[in-house]
Amino acid sequence: MKLRGRYGRFGGFYVPEVLIPALEDIEAGFERFRGDPKFTAELDDLSRHYAGRPTPLYHAKRFSEHVGFQVYIKREDLLHGGAHKVNNALGQGLLAKYMGKKKLIAETGAGQHGLATAMIGALFGMETKIFMGSVDVARQNVNVHKMKLCGAEVVSVSGGTCTLKDAINDALRYWTSHVDDTFYLFGTAGGPHPFPMIVRHFQSPIGTEARAQCIMQFGRLPDIVTACVGGGSNAIGIFSGFLDDAAVKLVGVEGGGKGLNTREHCATLTTGSVGVLHGAQTYVLQDETGQIRKTECISAGLDYPGVGPEHAYLKDSGRAAYYAVTDEQVLDVFERFTRSEGIIPALESSHALAWLVQQKGKLPKETVAVVNLSGRGDKDVSIVEQHRPMR
Amino acid sequence: MGKYQNLFKNLKRAALIPFFVIGDPDEQTSFDLVKTAINAGADVLELGIPFSDPVADGPTIQKADIRAMQAGMTPAKAIDFVRRVTDYKPLPVGLLVYYNLIFQYGVEKFFADFKAAGGTSVLVADLSIDDAGEIAPAAAAARLETVFMVTPNTTDQRIQKIAAATSGFIYTVSLMGTTGQRTELSDQVKPLVARIKKHTDKPICVGFGISTPEHAKQVALAGADGVIIGSRIVKFIEDNLNSPSAMKTQTKAFLESVLNALS
Ligand SMILES: Cc1ncc(COP(=O)(O)O)c(C=O)c1O
Repeated sequence: MKLRGRYGRFGGFYVPEVLIPALEDIEAGFERFRGDPKFTAELDDLSRHYAGRPTPLYHAKRFSEHVGFQVYIKREDLLHGGAHKVNNALGQGLLAKYMGKKKLIAETGAGQHGLATAMIGALFGMETKIFMGSVDVARQNVNVHKMKLCGAEVVSVSGGTCTLKDAINDALRYWTSHVDDTFYLFGTAGGPHPFPMIVRHFQSPIGTEARAQCIMQFGRLPDIVTACVGGGSNAIGIFSGFLDDAAVKLVGVEGGGKGLNTREHCATLTTGSVGVLHGAQTYVLQDETGQIRKTECISAGLDYPGVGPEHAYLKDSGRAAYYAVTDEQVLDVFERFTRSEGIIPALESSHALAWLVQQKGKLPKETVAVVNLSGRGDKDVSIVEQHRPMR
Repeated sequence: MGKYQNLFKNLKRAALIPFFVIGDPDEQTSFDLVKTAINAGADVLELGIPFSDPVADGPTIQKADIRAMQAGMTPAKAIDFVRRVTDYKPLPVGLLVYYNLIFQYGVEKFFADFKAAGGTSVLVADLSIDDAGEIAPAAAAARLETVFMVTPNTTDQRIQKIAAATSGFIYTVSLMGTTGQRTELSDQVKPLVARIKKHTDKPICVGFGISTPEHAKQVALAGADGVIIGSRIVKFIEDNLNSPSAMKTQTKAFLESVLNALS
């Protein structure tokens, strides 16, 4: 490996020897093509005409009135596939193509990254296999169908806790025996180096665009930038545009599940401790002997006991702050936001909105908060219906 | 000379190295099985500490990890287990762990405690030679031997680096993949062992997928100093969960047949 992939003490590439050459290969491919004019031109073209970039920054006026300060929404929910995941899938998929790989594999939680990868597999004519925990297959069934419609094979993973963590385990295991022709299209800004670096790179247009839009639309930088954090890709994407703007407060919001006083949550940065999981040194949810704990969250996309290493670094350095909100708070804001804006937010993204609701009454009216609306909530409608049956 | 090198040098055949997950299916049965293996002629033991997310392992060992954890096995208890084993017979014991377990225990303390329990080497499945620096000082301070993996896709350059850092043996992974039984022996064993031998005379033990006495024999003929058999043995436990005595008789019969093939 050329680089160490470290963010302070965090990150690295803690993987079995058999995967090292594969990671080296991807690192080299990325270094070769990231600045290649043909590659960047093709990615730019597809980002515009296939995925739908740039996305708007929208002033959510009625929701702003409710919370008492100004809320702007970065509309990643409008992208093809319904979430920010396409940014990364397109970038890495194109990289795989330029590297001459014929097959894609990916893990998925909510199914959004699986769907994004399946779309790109179809677009580039690559054989695609998606690993998904059996619990998630059941709760995100519509996305499973969409993946299959795109021609992907969906492998239901029944090991361990049957969620995202186990899907990653099985994708890694599969990869060890197929590294020759298969590109592992990792879905979040976590895992072993070089994935955190690559995923951040392909998600960074969110932050670059948002910063420019703030200046264009209201003539200054926002006071707060917030995003939900599962593995951390949408959050690092938007944060990356503002990291050097010290006055901009960066807030990541995790899944507090049934509450931080229970064990049923996935608030890794808020309550976890430093460990090594899925190739990275980072915060993890674990018991005192180092066994990884089971997580729980209404939102499948956040239901993960680890987090991208750069977020661990941003937390420890104090540059970003991380909080958790509960399932109930998320359901409340899901309903409120949909009613006040006519936009159905993904349950994942609703976590960031719920944190804003908690700031109600604490901030001056002129405060501007930018929220990354990482995805749309169509996939979550039946889950919400189960928790809050409509009269 | 280290414990491993000494043993391999004096043995007139390839060493028989069975693998168990410590505490599978429970602590006492696990200990009885290890004793069974020792009595059947095991030269070295490879023992694993169960982990919640064993990415280098196939389904058989994953299930063994779950059984052992559910029966209460922990890293601290695993070290006690090693002490009991080496008290029973002081043969070399190599440990296979995932990094997070020793990271939480404290790397230095873990290596010291394992050494005090009579252990010989620690192989960290998810720590490559690139990060060996994270454990090397602790291993050296505890005077443990070092073992690292080489896989069929490891470059010659890396093999040299790995060999230089090895004082125990080179854990040679027979195939591209995870642990688990296979019907055929990987055709990569012969060329890989030959390639490693071009760079070093450190001992070579081959593992992953070795499932029959015939496989073991082929591995020995390829020039390996030791044959590591994991999933095939662990499967005797899985297949006989209601009968510890059947686990033992099948393990014993199998290991004796492997020993026969190696002799
Ligand atoms: C809409 C949406 N937002 C956020 C996430 C969480 O991932 P990350 O933290 O990598 O952005 C997911 C994951 O599935 C998602 O679907």
